[in-house]
Amino acid sequence: MWTFFHRLASPPHFYELANKIYPWIMVPGLALIAYGTYAGLFVAPVDYQQKDAFRIIYVHVPSAYLSMMAYMTMAISAGIGLIWRMKLAHAVAAAAAPIGAWFTFLALMTGSIWGRPMWGTWWEWGDPRLTSELILLFLYFGYLALRGAIDDQSKADRSSAVLALVGAINIPIIHFSVEWWSSLHQGATLVREGGPAITTDMLYPLLAMIFGFTLFFGAVLLKRVRTEVLARERRSRWVQKMIMPLEGRA
Amino acid sequence: MEALAMGDYGVYVWSSFGLTLAVMIVTVWQARNHQNKIYREIEQRLKAMEEVK
Amino acid sequence: MSDWDTHSPSLWGAFRALVRRDLLLAWKRPGDVLNPLFFFAMVATLFPLAVGPNEEQLAFSGPGVLWVAALLAALLSLNGLFLTDYEDGSLDQLLLSPQPLPLLVLAKTTQHWLISGLPLVIVSPLVALTFQMPDRAVGIMMVTLLLGTVSLSLLGSIGAALTVGLNRGNALLSLLILPLAMPVLIFGARTVALAAANDAVAAGIYFLGAYSVLTMVFAPFAAAAALKISNE
Repeated sequence: MWTFFHRLASPPHFYELANKIYPWIMVPGLALIAYGTYAGLFVAPVDYQQKDAFRIIYVHVPSAYLSMMAYMTMAISAGIGLIWRMKLAHAVAAAAAPIGAWFTFLALMTGSIWGRPMWGTWWEWGDPRLTSELILLFLYFGYLALRGAIDDQSKADRSSAVLALVGAINIPIIHFSVEWWSSLHQGATLVREGGPAITTDMLYPLLAMIFGFTLFFGAVLLKRVRTEVLARERRSRWVQKMIMPLEGRA
Repeated sequence: MEALAMGDYGVYVWSSFGLTLAVMIVTVWQARNHQNKIYREIEQRLKAMEEVK
Repeated sequence: MSDWDTHSPSLWGAFRALVRRDLLLAWKRPGDVLNPLFFFAMVATLFPLAVGPNEEQLAFSGPGVLWVAALLAALLSLNGLFLTDYEDGSLDQLLLSPQPLPLLVLAKTTQHWLISGLPLVIVSPLVALTFQMPDRAVGIMMVTLLLGTVSLSLLGSIGAALTVGLNRGNALLSLLILPLAMPVLIFGARTVALAAANDAVAAGIYFLGAYSVLTMVFAPFAAAAALKISNE
């Protein structure tokens, strides 16, 4: 059993294994997303308060959830890489960041679009979750900028790991402050999930979307981690053999 | 057509879903691009080393 | 010769020595202290000029503007936290010394606060004059700035440690710290606004106090780790 994990951490084995697993994760993920999209758009009944606009929940909630999950993945693997000095863990952190940033952006955009018919404005500072998402986006930018600014791979890995961990500790505090801050205003109509009660026909597509996007994230992550591993191992034998199999001497 | 209208909220709903699809495509495309770029870099470096020999 | 001393300074001794040395260095370069202060004063007074003399509007936006100005001034002053030591090699000395690095980082951060945060707090009532702030609010503002600048110096030390020696580290420093400093800005500014409206300010003060303690405990370790990594 342990040999399995040991081999997993070995870069050439990981590289190969990740490639094999990729379709097994991506395809079910896409299938769930397809079902969730169809059901969310056409099967789920109309919401009492928000009419058809509530359907945006089926993309907004998964993207917001993904933005958080990507950050957690980033922070945890960064921590593992820092403490146990596993290069693979650092590779996972580096791979998760751009995906997380995109989904944070998506969460903000869908949240803003959803808000337009609900609040009448494209942005509502009074919604604490939207504001927290914005700050999360800046955390991602900082992480990516720091990585980009450091040339040495190992230094970049470990510096950004410290940043990711500090950021992770701050996220609940940030969320708390923003909630307190928005509660001081007359409460803007918060974008509430599905209205007073969420029925099963509304819930199932949402669950499907959340699971589907999780799998999608896992698949894209796997692909990116493979590339990160390749980049970090570029000088090793196994990479050379793989890319230039005919290593014949002149 | 009723589906398209989405009770007057069509623009909002469809643009949200469209954006989501776009982001999904971008992330996969970006991952693939990144992979190709690194692969080519390594390949070129190895080729250059071969020629030096 | 002193390397072979059988006694190295006690923790408190080392702390005090480092703070004293940095204060002396800052004394020789008054610009380091004065520039952020001028910046703070300028930003806060430029605002009424740009927005107009409407008193109600000024009183309303005062707390926020002052706090943003304080935040920006703090960011401005953070660049130099480790930079001068990095440039002349004393940073390496610090990294090699027997005292625990987090303690030394805390010493540098304390000194930084003494020359940037504390003067800001002292100068703030003068700047608040331009915003027609009621007296109670001015007092609360000073308390929030006192607690807030401590947190900002501490958070800033982490950012400075991560970016020391990087090209264009300044802009990067601000980008890294800004999201982390959001809770301080939010609670600081809103508490002052509450004070101006004669509302309860206890929650805000407690939060700022708790946050400054939290950062005091964790930031030196994070900054020390970052410093070690940046300086291999």
